[in-house]
Amino acid sequence: MRLYSAPNSVRTALPLPDVPPVRLYPLGDAAVVLEFGTVISEGGHAAIAAFSARLARQPFVGLREVVPAFTTLTVYYDPWLASAHGRHPEPYEHVAAQLRALLAETPAAAAADESAAVEIPVCYGGAFGPDLAFVAQHAGLSPQEVVALHTAPNYLVHMIGFAPGFPYLGGLDARLATPRRPQPRPLVPAGTVGIAGPQTGIYSLPTPGGWQLIGRTPLALFNPEWAAPSHLRAGLRLRFVAIDVAEFQRRQQHES
Amino acid sequence: MSLSILKPGLLTTVQDLGRFGYQQNGIIVSGAMDALALRVANRLVGNDETAAGLEITLLGPRIRFEAAHLIALTGAHLAPTLNGQPVAGNRAVWVAAGTELAFGPAGAGCRAYLAVAGGVAVPLVLGSRSTYLRAGFGGHEGRALRAGDVLPVGAASPVGKQLKQQLARPGAAWAAASFTPGPTLCPRPLFRPVLRAVRGPEYAQFAAASQRALWQEPFTITPAADRMGYRLHGPPLVRPEETELLSSAVTFGTVQVPAGGQPIVLLADHQTTGGYPRLAQVVSVDWPALAQAAPGQQLRFQEVSVAEAQALYATREAAVAGFRRGIATVYDTK
Repeated sequence: MRLYSAPNSVRTALPLPDVPPVRLYPLGDAAVVLEFGTVISEGGHAAIAAFSARLARQPFVGLREVVPAFTTLTVYYDPWLASAHGRHPEPYEHVAAQLRALLAETPAAAAADESAAVEIPVCYGGAFGPDLAFVAQHAGLSPQEVVALHTAPNYLVHMIGFAPGFPYLGGLDARLATPRRPQPRPLVPAGTVGIAGPQTGIYSLPTPGGWQLIGRTPLALFNPEWAAPSHLRAGLRLRFVAIDVAEFQRRQQHES
Repeated sequence: MSLSILKPGLLTTVQDLGRFGYQQNGIIVSGAMDALALRVANRLVGNDETAAGLEITLLGPRIRFEAAHLIALTGAHLAPTLNGQPVAGNRAVWVAAGTELAFGPAGAGCRAYLAVAGGVAVPLVLGSRSTYLRAGFGGHEGRALRAGDVLPVGAASPVGKQLKQQLARPGAAWAAASFTPGPTLCPRPLFRPVLRAVRGPEYAQFAAASQRALWQEPFTITPAADRMGYRLHGPPLVRPEETELLSSAVTFGTVQVPAGGQPIVLLADHQTTGGYPRLAQVVSVDWPALAQAAPGQQLRFQEVSVAEAQALYATREAAVAGFRRGIATVYDTK
């Protein structure tokens, strides 16, 4: 279990049976983390989405933005504005109290989007997935079995993060969970599909990264000139479909 | 009304105070590494604090002003000159059309800021003019400046126009105001900064010896240092139970520790979320000192509470507010 020494932690019950109690703790002097349990769950995902929407409708003074993640919603604020220019001597306590009050009255969350899954073609292994063999070895499986297990689920897009359009997916087969690399790679190409612990995702931009790399998609996930800059969004369902190198090259030409 | 880039320098980018509200799409904040320096530079030329300026890294550019402008340089001391004559930083300066700004060897700090009355008027992308280098958008064509670039400048505010008129010297290349803010708003960058920090969410998961080492030992900034973060070298930081974490938000000043035990401190171009344990969080008021530290320099961390960090922030913001209220008056009396 995770242990925290962070001060001022408080538990607040949400009126949802399958949603764990919410724990609040600071991330520095300008953010507070709301932790909806410590394991990935669709109930937790729905509660985070509902509370995030609630804050967007009912922001407190000094709120900057929110960042949803698997089990957390991080709420950034300006401590000077949130303290009403010094009138509240402890801005963190003041913000936490407002969040707890809002949590207590936030109604049950809507279910995740159940529309048809978005298909993401992936060429597994080889130069596109240099860590496929390591993931297979770690799981005690063949690379072919890893691909079969990775393409089986309908994943839930829990959040977009790390880089523009980068989806964090829930639903990875537990047998494929693999630790991150001890040191991040300095550059991972855009479209690379990776595994980190119980998570799987897609690098949307060339960026440093520590995930185990198992394949690559020819699809573009992000473009600032698109009306919605990210191809995927939280709440969508997603499925990986294995393709060969020839199909990858054909799709890549089509994308560019 | 424009600036011409004659030589780009090491890394010169257009930045404002950052792109907020899109981290939930994975779009990073970006913005000035030393935001206080840009805010002060903007105020000195009568701009809103949110106006875009240039962030200049270690080896400065050579810039020609194509019209008369009011400018200010803050942040690192990079030996600036106007038409070859040294010019002091941290004050408003009138420059005639055709005057050239250049820089010498880096002194204290590594990032200087150039504000110009009216602001650098590149297009807003998703609410900000900051350059997002890795994604290639924002700023000037989504990239660092190059020789030959011409940057448009917006219209100066009434305060900026008035000061420009007061300082203008017909026949001269430039003239500087005497008013300069104090060290609270224009601190001299330190060579061995002590950065105040609060415990990170995963602090308690680290070995007691590693917790002590964090607060007691120096850490050196390695050459793997950019706007995204600095890799530090120091005593190995051990988290005995090496369980994988679920990715969660990280921010400017987050000290995260990959399994190798050597920490990374995140900066303006930090990713929105990360999965390495967060050992500590550098407090907001010390982000400028962190941003001014360069590879090879040593850092130390000093523990403070969240309440102490917020009190420090309130003190600094009160000083910024006082400066903002006073500046029109100060300029009126010159």
